[in-house]
Amino acid sequence: MNRLTEQQKRDAATNARRKVHTTVDRDLSFFEQMSEAEREEFFKDQKKKSLRVRKARKTAYRISTGIGLIVAITVSILAIIPVFFTFLNSFMSSAEIAHNYGVIFQSLSGHAENGATYLAKTPSLTLVPQKVTIEQYLNLLFMSPTYLMKFWNSIILVVPIVLGQMGVSCLAAYSFARYRRKRREVLFFSYIILMLMPFQVTLVPNYMIADQIGILNTRWAIILPGIFSTFAIFLLTKYMRQIPVAYIEAAKLDGATEWQIFTQIAVPICKNAIFALTILLFIDYWNMVEQPLVLLNVPDKQPMSVFLSQINEAEIGIAFAASALYMIPPLLIFLWGEEYLVEGISRSGVK
Amino acid sequence: MPSEETQNKETIKEETRADRKPQTVSAVTIDPEHLAKIKLDKKKFHRKRRLKDWAMFTGYLTPSLVGVLVFFYLPLLLILKTSFQRSSTNTDFVGFDNYSRVLTNEAFVNAAKNSMTFSGIAVPLSVLLALLLAILLNTKLPAESVFRSILLNPMMVPVASVVLIWQVFFSYNGMANGWGLYKLFEDGRIDWLKSDHSQFVILVLFLWKNLGYNMVLFLAALNSIDEEILEAAKMDGANAIVRFFAIKMHFLAPTLFFVAIMSLINSFKIFREVYLLTGDHPYANLYMLQHFMNNAFTNLDYSKLSAGAIIMCVFMIVIVGALFFAESKFDADVEG
Repeated sequence: MNRLTEQQKRDAATNARRKVHTTVDRDLSFFEQMSEAEREEFFKDQKKKSLRVRKARKTAYRISTGIGLIVAITVSILAIIPVFFTFLNSFMSSAEIAHNYGVIFQSLSGHAENGATYLAKTPSLTLVPQKVTIEQYLNLLFMSPTYLMKFWNSIILVVPIVLGQMGVSCLAAYSFARYRRKRREVLFFSYIILMLMPFQVTLVPNYMIADQIGILNTRWAIILPGIFSTFAIFLLTKYMRQIPVAYIEAAKLDGATEWQIFTQIAVPICKNAIFALTILLFIDYWNMVEQPLVLLNVPDKQPMSVFLSQINEAEIGIAFAASALYMIPPLLIFLWGEEYLVEGISRSGVK
Repeated sequence: MPSEETQNKETIKEETRADRKPQTVSAVTIDPEHLAKIKLDKKKFHRKRRLKDWAMFTGYLTPSLVGVLVFFYLPLLLILKTSFQRSSTNTDFVGFDNYSRVLTNEAFVNAAKNSMTFSGIAVPLSVLLALLLAILLNTKLPAESVFRSILLNPMMVPVASVVLIWQVFFSYNGMANGWGLYKLFEDGRIDWLKSDHSQFVILVLFLWKNLGYNMVLFLAALNSIDEEILEAAKMDGANAIVRFFAIKMHFLAPTLFFVAIMSLINSFKIFREVYLLTGDHPYANLYMLQHFMNNAFTNLDYSKLSAGAIIMCVFMIVIVGALFFAESKFDADVEG
C-alpha cells in the first residue's frame, strides 16, 4: 500500500518536472543565436586563436631553449677553452710563443714587487698559430730527456697505485658487503672518515711511517699509502651491497665457494663501477702534487705535475707541448670511458 | 590452499565423530638429555659457522686492514702521542703546549682563516651553480649529452697542465688586465695572484674544475625523479617554480648534502691549485693550511706538525659529523 503510493508520488513528481521543463521558455544557446555564416566565422576565429596560443607557446619554448642553449654554449666554451688553447698553442714555434707570452713571465720573475719594471704590454692571445709546426713536440721528445723522465715518473707512480688500490679495494668491499655485523660497520664508518680526511691530515701519518720504516724519498713512500687509501672501498661497497642476495644464495646452492662467488658474481656485476673508479683514481693520482712534494722530495723522481708548475721563462717554448702531452692520457681515458665515469659518479650520489 | 584447509577440517570432524569416547593419549616422552644434546650441537654448529664466516670475510679484508692500520691508524696514534711531547726525540709530556703553540701561531691562524673563507665562498657557490647548470641541461635541451661531456671534461684535465693558461690570463701582463677586467675591482692593473683578489682567481679555477662533477651528480638525481609525479602536480595547477621547490627539491635533498660534502672536501684540496700557481710562499691571503703543514715539514717541527694535524682531524670529524647528523635529521623529517 505504502509502496504503491510512493511509486505514484514519484511518477507524479516526474510528470510535474517534465511539464515544467517543457513549459518554461528556454534561452537560445550561444550557438543557436548565430546564423550559419556567423557560426562558421566564429569557429574560424576560435581556430585562429588557438593556433595563435599554440604558436606563442612554441615561440616561448623556442626562446627559452634558445636562451638555455646560449648559456650552455657559453659555459661550455669557458670550460673547454683552457684545453683548446693549450693544444693550439702547442703547435706554435718556440719563437712565436716567446714573442706572444714572454711578457707574462717578466712579471713572474724576481722583481715582482717593483711595479716600475713592468712593461705596459699585454700578451697577444692567438688561437691560431701563424705557422703550424711540431717543433715543440720534437724539442720535447728528442732534445730534453728530463721531460720524458718526468713523464715516466708519473706513469710508474700512478699505475701501481691504481691497480693495487683496485685489487685491495675489491676484496675489502666484498668483505664489507657480505659480512655485516655491528663492529664491522663501525670499522666501515672509520674507513669513510679516513676517506674524507684532507691531505693536510693524512700526509703527516704517511710521512711519519715512511720515515720510520725508511722508505721516505723513495717511490714506495707514495705508492704504498696510495694502495691502501680507502676511497675506492667506500664506493665499491655501496655497489656490492646492491647485488641481490638471491644471486649469492643460488650460487651457494650450486656449490660455489666464496672465492668463486667473489670472482664470478660480485666482480662481474660491479664491472662498470670498477671501470669508473679506475678512471677516477687514475686522474686523481695523475694529478697529485701534495704527496710528491712531501714524501718524495727528490726532484729527479718527482712526477710531471710538480714539474710543470716550475716551468720558467727559458722553457716556455716547450711548456705548452709539455702541458698538452701531460693531459693526453687522462683525456683519452675520458673519451674511452665517459659512460662508465658518468654512471659511476651518478650512482655514488644516489642512495 | 583453501581447499586443503577445508579438507583438514573435514577429516578432523570425521575423526571426532568416530572417536566420541575420550581416549587417553600417552604423551611422547622426549629424553631431556637428548634434547639438550641436540641444542648444544646446533649451537656448536652455528658458532662454528659464524666463526668460519668471520674468518672468511676477515680474510678478504686483511690486506686493506693491515695497510690502513700501518699507514694511517697507527701513525695517527703515534702523532697523537707526539703532539703531547716536547719534540719527537724528547718524550717529556708537555700537555697542550703544542696545541696552544699552533693555535697562537700567526701563520696557522692566517692559513685557517684563508682556508675557511675560501671554503665558505666556494662550496655554496659551486653547489648553486652546479644545480643551475643541471636544471638547465635537464630542460630537454638539444645535445644535452654533448654539453655534459664538455662540462665534465675539466675534471679530467690535470691542473698542472692548465696552470700556464691561468698565468696567461691572470698575471700582471695577462689577458684579464688586457681586457680591462681589473676595472671590476680597482682602478689600475692588478697582478691578480699577488693581490687581495687572488682568491677570486683560485675560485674561478676551483669552479672550472668541480662544476662538472657536481652537475653530473645533480643530473642523476633529477633524472631519477618520477616523471608521473611532476605530471600530476602539473595537472593540479602547480607552475614550474612550485614544482621545483615542492617536488624536485624534496628528491634532490640527499644529493644536495652529498655534493656539499664532496665540495667541502675538494675545497680543502685547493692547495694543489694554489701551489701550482704560486709556489711555496704565496700572497698572504692564499696561504692555505697545507702551506703551513708543508713549511712545518721543512722545519722538521714534528710536535707542532702533529698538533696541527690532530686539530684539523678533529675539526674535519666535527664538520662531517655535523653534516651527516643534519642529513639524517632532514631525512627523518622528509620521511616522517
